[in-house]
Amino acid sequence: MAKSQIAMKVNGKPVEALVEPRTLLIHFLREQLSLTGPHIGCETTHCGACTVDLDGKSVKSCTVFAVQANNAEIRTIEGMANADGTLHALQEGFREMHGLQCGFCTPGMILRAYRLLQENKNPSEEEIRYGISGNLCRCTGYQNIIKAIQFAAAKLNGVPFQEAAE
Amino acid sequence: MTLATLAAPGRMPVIPASFEYHRPTSIKEAVGLLAQWGDEGRALAGGHSLIPMMKLRLASPAHLVDLAGIAELKGTRTDGNDIVIGAMVTQHELAGSDLVAGKIPLLRETSLQIADPQVRYVGTLGGNVANGDPGNDMPAVMLCLNATYQIMGKGGERRVAARDFYQGAYFTALEPGDVLTAIRIPIPPAGHGYAYEKLKRKIGDYATAAAAVVLTMSGGKVASCSIGLTNVAETPLWAQEAGKILAGSALDAATVKKAVAAAEAITAPAADARGPAHYRSKMAGVMLTRALARAKSRARG
Repeated sequence: MAKSQIAMKVNGKPVEALVEPRTLLIHFLREQLSLTGPHIGCETTHCGACTVDLDGKSVKSCTVFAVQANNAEIRTIEGMANADGTLHALQEGFREMHGLQCGFCTPGMILRAYRLLQENKNPSEEEIRYGISGNLCRCTGYQNIIKAIQFAAAKLNGVPFQEAAE
Repeated sequence: MTLATLAAPGRMPVIPASFEYHRPTSIKEAVGLLAQWGDEGRALAGGHSLIPMMKLRLASPAHLVDLAGIAELKGTRTDGNDIVIGAMVTQHELAGSDLVAGKIPLLRETSLQIADPQVRYVGTLGGNVANGDPGNDMPAVMLCLNATYQIMGKGGERRVAARDFYQGAYFTALEPGDVLTAIRIPIPPAGHGYAYEKLKRKIGDYATAAAAVVLTMSGGKVASCSIGLTNVAETPLWAQEAGKILAGSALDAATVKKAVAAAEAITAPAADARGPAHYRSKMAGVMLTRALARAKSRARG
């Protein structure tokens, strides 16, 4: 089967490649670009571990063909840190609030939370839970993930983070 | 077997079979491509039903015609008393549309109960209604709203009522070479009540059973009532008899019970991980009861 030429911007860098049309975006990112931050969890559009940001949308990269992302701008966890190498507020939040245990879901969680905070700068706990409902975590029980996202929202808004009373 | 049954976590997925990828920029070009390959070709909308099916090799099209590059398939507008929604409008866009929320709020309510944010960013209204998957939520809503589908094919454009469109699981009035281009929905009267009640095992799941209701009230009595049911048969169901029973009533308990029984009677659900058939029929009735109550509370008149 003829390969297709694709071009896209990944984490700010232009990328060109030849792909089989059936190549899924997650496999392209991991195997051709060696970006192994986006994880392969369920491969059935359920778990969200493969979530990346594509043209301002959170997408499950296991359910998008790489050819569909031709000319797109993509961001993965590898592109989240600030230009000076310091952690993004979300990464800091996940570290400070213990928003991860095994860490498998974290890249997808952070990319999803990134888009959520772009669309809603100060989400309520309920909005965060609904907003990350496409991302499964089997370790934390979500509580600390919520706190991590609240931490990041506060930091990005320049206000002190106040942990809700238990 | 439907996607809701097969694409469960833990079931081994595979890489899709090879295909040739096409990205037309006009409806005409897409129809030409699909007509050329007949059964070998498939239209790709958001892909969030088709790609999982391709991974499971339930679908192996040799030619995939991506509709994403066709500007004519986007956008939402009013046309007389109808709202016309482009087939490639995503669930995210639909839920975010103030025009839609103002005129047909049932659409936003339903859209926000579909899958999860990632799927709604990509999944389209056209794909949801055209695929013929009985687990999809929008088809029953379209029956409830008496929508019409605009379809472009080899012989030009034709319109098919949603109530005549669904023939069986994944079998619809679409022929090879057809592209569903837009969904045309008559705007319900101002002050109508509406609700989409969906029972699911967890957020994002396909419905165990769901009910869509649109009703109008006049002097405390039901002037009109339309009901759609999701995932309790091979096709979405329009519960016409149940709606008739409710017309003229004040939605008193006895009449609601009778209408719910009539709705349950037309269901023929499959038994799957969501429960045995009998349970799912009963849950369709429970969802309908709740949807009627909520629709009534929202209706004026």
